[in-house]
Amino acid sequence: MSAAPRFAAGARVTVRRADPPGHIRTPWYIRGKTGEIERLCGAFPNPEELAYNRPGTPPQPLYRVRFRQRELWPDYRGAPGDTIDIEIYQHWLEPA
Amino acid sequence: MRGYHDMGGLPAGPVDRGEYDYALWEKRVDALLVLLAAPERRLVRVDELRRNIEALPPDAYDKMSYYERWVTSIANTLLQRGVVTSDELGRKMAAVAAREGAE
Amino acid sequence: MSDLHHDHDDGAHSHHHPTRPDTDAPLTHYQVMEIALRELLIEKGIFSADDVRRAVEAMDARTPALGARVVARAWTDPAYKARLLANGSDAVRELGIDVGATRLIVVENTQHQHNLVVCTLCSCYPRTVLGLPPDWYKSRAYRSRAVREPRAVLAEFGTVLDPAIDVRVHDSTADMRYLVLPERPRGTEGWSEERLAALVTRDSMIGVTRPSLQ
Repeated sequence: MSAAPRFAAGARVTVRRADPPGHIRTPWYIRGKTGEIERLCGAFPNPEELAYNRPGTPPQPLYRVRFRQRELWPDYRGAPGDTIDIEIYQHWLEPA
Repeated sequence: MRGYHDMGGLPAGPVDRGEYDYALWEKRVDALLVLLAAPERRLVRVDELRRNIEALPPDAYDKMSYYERWVTSIANTLLQRGVVTSDELGRKMAAVAAREGAE
Repeated sequence: MSDLHHDHDDGAHSHHHPTRPDTDAPLTHYQVMEIALRELLIEKGIFSADDVRRAVEAMDARTPALGARVVARAWTDPAYKARLLANGSDAVRELGIDVGATRLIVVENTQHQHNLVVCTLCSCYPRTVLGLPPDWYKSRAYRSRAVREPRAVLAEFGTVLDPAIDVRVHDSTADMRYLVLPERPRGTEGWSEERLAALVTRDSMIGVTRPSLQ
């Protein structure tokens, strides 16, 4: 039975600024940044646990989160509509 | 701390577009992972491979090639899992080196 | 031990690339490690030499030509394209391509949107439809800069995008693998799927280039 999804598509979320040791799949450049849930991708075993050959259950909700490039990089020179989509696990997200 | 592998957004030079065919030994490393990670064996998880690559010293990215990092990570994972021991791997490596001619 | 059979396709013309220096040189520490691991694991009965050979052959059989077929079908069959965009893995399987457990997401380039795929944390890549990734995809320069300055990286590949086109970068951090469905070039009306597929390069399915009639 997976953990319940907390976020709906369109919700504004911020990536937590945690810095734990271990195998982390939330890139450094996105921590502390705010974006929007594009979709719930499903629930998957937690890779932070799988990396230590533990089952990573219950499966954790994974979201595709969309960020505006201009909000990520202070000197971004592309178009205002340029975005990045990243898949981020629920435990790394909090409401914006 | 940002891991050395976690490089998104860092400054870097131009992309070197030079291309090389994969050497056979490299494809065999890749095959090793595919076989070990297969559902019927599950002796290495892709996540363990990644973790063990991330755990290599930072200069591994400069000193080791992509598949050199992979084969080292696979070996470390198998050691952690107890599938092989350092002793038997070391003895086998010495035998291979003697047989095939090594650096 | 050099590779006698390579098969990749990053353009309408396939061309040979230098093979990594190999063969006559003494084995490196890591090549010795690979051989030793393989022999030990075969001795332990974990897999056979045949298993290894078949795995390498399966790898060689996967080339960007697979992805190109998918794109050509999507260009000529709107209903297929809709299924492809809804569930990439299932739609690719319809064409007899074995994607295994890969969760393939296909993202469509349009007049308004250009997609680019990267894995900043390692080198995740849709291998079951494109084969093994090029070195540059795994490089520090690409992984660092594709998320930060995608238009500059695209320009290095000869792709200059009008500012009216939005660029969307997909950083493959989880189990999903991304394939770009490029825009069909103008002037290809009535072309067969086979002829269309020949226009679809590996680089256009990663998103660093766009197919052209050149």
